Amino acid sequence: MVDQSFVERLKKVYAIYTGGLIALLILLYIGEKLFNLSPTFIGYVFLFGTIAVYAAIGVISRTGKVAEYYVAGRRVPSVFNGMATAADWMSAASFIGMAGTLALQGYNGLAFIMGWTGGYVLLGVLIAPYLRKFGAYTIPDFLDARYGGKIPRFVGIIATLLVSFTYLVAQVTGVGIIASRLLGLPFEVGVFVGLVGILVCSFLGGMRAVTWTQVAQYIVLIIAYLIPVTVLSFKYTGNPISQISYGFALQGIDQRFAQLKDDPKEQEVREVHKKKAEDLKAKISGLPATWEEGRRKLEDQLASLPADDPKRAEIEKQLKEYPKSPEEAKSKWTEAMKKAQEASKPPKSYTTPPTDVKGMANFLALTLMLMLGTAGLPHVIMRFYTTPTVREARTSAGWALFFILLLYITAPAYAAFGRYEMLNLVGKAFSELPDWVQKWAKVNLITIKDLNGDGVVQFAEISIHPDMIVLATPEIAGLPYVIAGFVAAGGLAAALSTADGLLITISNAISHDLYYKIINPNLSPSTRVKIGKALLLVVALLGAYVASFRLAIIVELVAWAFSLAGASLFPALVLGVWDKRMNKYGAVAGILVGLGVTIAYLIASRFYGFEIFGIKPIASGIFGMPINFLVALIISRLTPPPPQQLQEFVDHIRYPKGAVKAGAEE
Amino acid sequence: MLSKEQLESYWRENRNLMVVVLLVWALVSYGAVLISGLLNKIVIFGFPLGYYMGSQGALVVFLLLIVFYAKSMDKIDKKYGVEEE
Repeated sequence: MVDQSFVERLKKVYAIYTGGLIALLILLYIGEKLFNLSPTFIGYVFLFGTIAVYAAIGVISRTGKVAEYYVAGRRVPSVFNGMATAADWMSAASFIGMAGTLALQGYNGLAFIMGWTGGYVLLGVLIAPYLRKFGAYTIPDFLDARYGGKIPRFVGIIATLLVSFTYLVAQVTGVGIIASRLLGLPFEVGVFVGLVGILVCSFLGGMRAVTWTQVAQYIVLIIAYLIPVTVLSFKYTGNPISQISYGFALQGIDQRFAQLKDDPKEQEVREVHKKKAEDLKAKISGLPATWEEGRRKLEDQLASLPADDPKRAEIEKQLKEYPKSPEEAKSKWTEAMKKAQEASKPPKSYTTPPTDVKGMANFLALTLMLMLGTAGLPHVIMRFYTTPTVREARTSAGWALFFILLLYITAPAYAAFGRYEMLNLVGKAFSELPDWVQKWAKVNLITIKDLNGDGVVQFAEISIHPDMIVLATPEIAGLPYVIAGFVAAGGLAAALSTADGLLITISNAISHDLYYKIINPNLSPSTRVKIGKALLLVVALLGAYVASFRLAIIVELVAWAFSLAGASLFPALVLGVWDKRMNKYGAVAGILVGLGVTIAYLIASRFYGFEIFGIKPIASGIFGMPINFLVALIISRLTPPPPQQLQEFVDHIRYPKGAVKAGAEE
Repeated sequence: MLSKEQLESYWRENRNLMVVVLLVWALVSYGAVLISGLLNKIVIFGFPLGYYMGSQGALVVFLLLIVFYAKSMDKIDKKYGVEEE
């Protein structure tokens, strides 16, 4: 049963919290207008204010009980679990990056919009209700119970750690970047602040604390996401509902693109890009001699200048940024060459789907893998153990998607407005660019260079970073700094909430699945929770340590996590429920082969230029996933059926009656 | 407790429902993508339909599908008397 008085109390608490948040916004706005509060001060209030609230929730939710620590006592009503899942799921990439990707890629970017939402249908129908009925704590728990034995559990642990840890590092990196942008702190200090922010939410109360802070974080991030775009929509169209008003921008973008295609000035700039790409190509083929030569040239130049020449600083900077080795030069120059090649092409229509077969195949493969990956991500699936009933697990998938959609159907509006505004810059003189361009140019999120020297902006002269779209919208819409600061707090909430979910998933996989279930089953409940907490600390520190290197590959790795999860855990979970004949040999072989094929294709396509049908590394699971299903089905039919008690287990999880009740466990 | 036959018939109903839901799921996403060039010829309030399906249309259908599945399963659970106490 769902405890109605608990639901009412939760509603009241979060309504007061939301009211407080809005009051804070208004107060800071008044402060900014009347007392000229500095942006840094406002930034600090948001950063420490929100983290203090999350910390308070974390302290209130502290617990030493196993069921509370792992699954929040299975008391989380479906609406609130939906909000928590939405925050758990939407990371800094959804909040800041997605709209920008859509703006830059047009139709191709829709693979992320559909891919990151369609997975919830699979979760709600194929997986979540049955895991809730089973009623354990983790994914490896399910694999162990369903397939029997330590080997399925162990394989599940490996897959969980592989998928979740890279994801965690990326979130901690995201927190560092946001904190450093919001307050101008050094990146490492930002990571440290993020680390504290993550730990205060999870350390004392495990899943219970994570759940209630995630709900609070969802409220921050959704309000922060909606305010700027609503105002901008009103400014453009008089209609504040951006989700339905951006059609005019779509039309405007495509009309403008069609004009720019044959514009002689644009062609001139495209030629400049083309020449640059050719130069770089020549330099790359001449490696390592060209690398030596380039460095020597800079050094000679520096040596020829007198000690007080103002040009020295510029050359010293170039030398500092010069590739350290021929290998680094190769990767840096190849990247620059690709960028120049891309810029030398005329703009494609914003709303037209890929027209070639390879482009279409990639789009479909990527969308499918993002969906299957979503349905196979351990930190998302874990959330469905926390609902009071099986019925609530089903509806909770719906609530989760509802709360995710509030952001996801708004992202295309952000993207279209952002693109439209960039196009408004075209044809302007360089001297009359708006202030926000100067501001974001300083942090390299937007670059505009007069490449053909005519003093007027051409489209091909603008290059923007995807993060720019969401971050710059408050200023484009002419909103006060308070809103820009609040948007940063929203991005922070998105990154923190996802990091929390991941952190607890990883530490549970080690403390519960590996240590308690495999190595030492004789632990008392209180020791288990203590070990879980200790590991939380260790994993968080390790995540922050890896994040502090700022490896460029991390962002890519996160996208790969979907292919890995979709090709390993997803088939094993679905078959475990829907195919009674599936046994441990089939499931384990499927996971291992699926992972192996996916990783092999990832490495071959990313580093050695190997390709089948033009499929990019990001969609590599499209090979491992079907092979996983196939191998599992064939091997299970060639080996003995699962023993009687496991078949009964399958029957048992297939209907809701008799599920573990909320708060019934120790 | 359910008999073996009842359980099988319960599961069959669930499975049929699942197939219907996933069919619609595939149609509004993958099906719509494949013909999005055609759909784009239809423009409503400035939105080319093909682009609209990918950016918002399919998403709303996803949500409706989950709600539909949850409601239908409630009924089937009651019919077989396997709902939670």
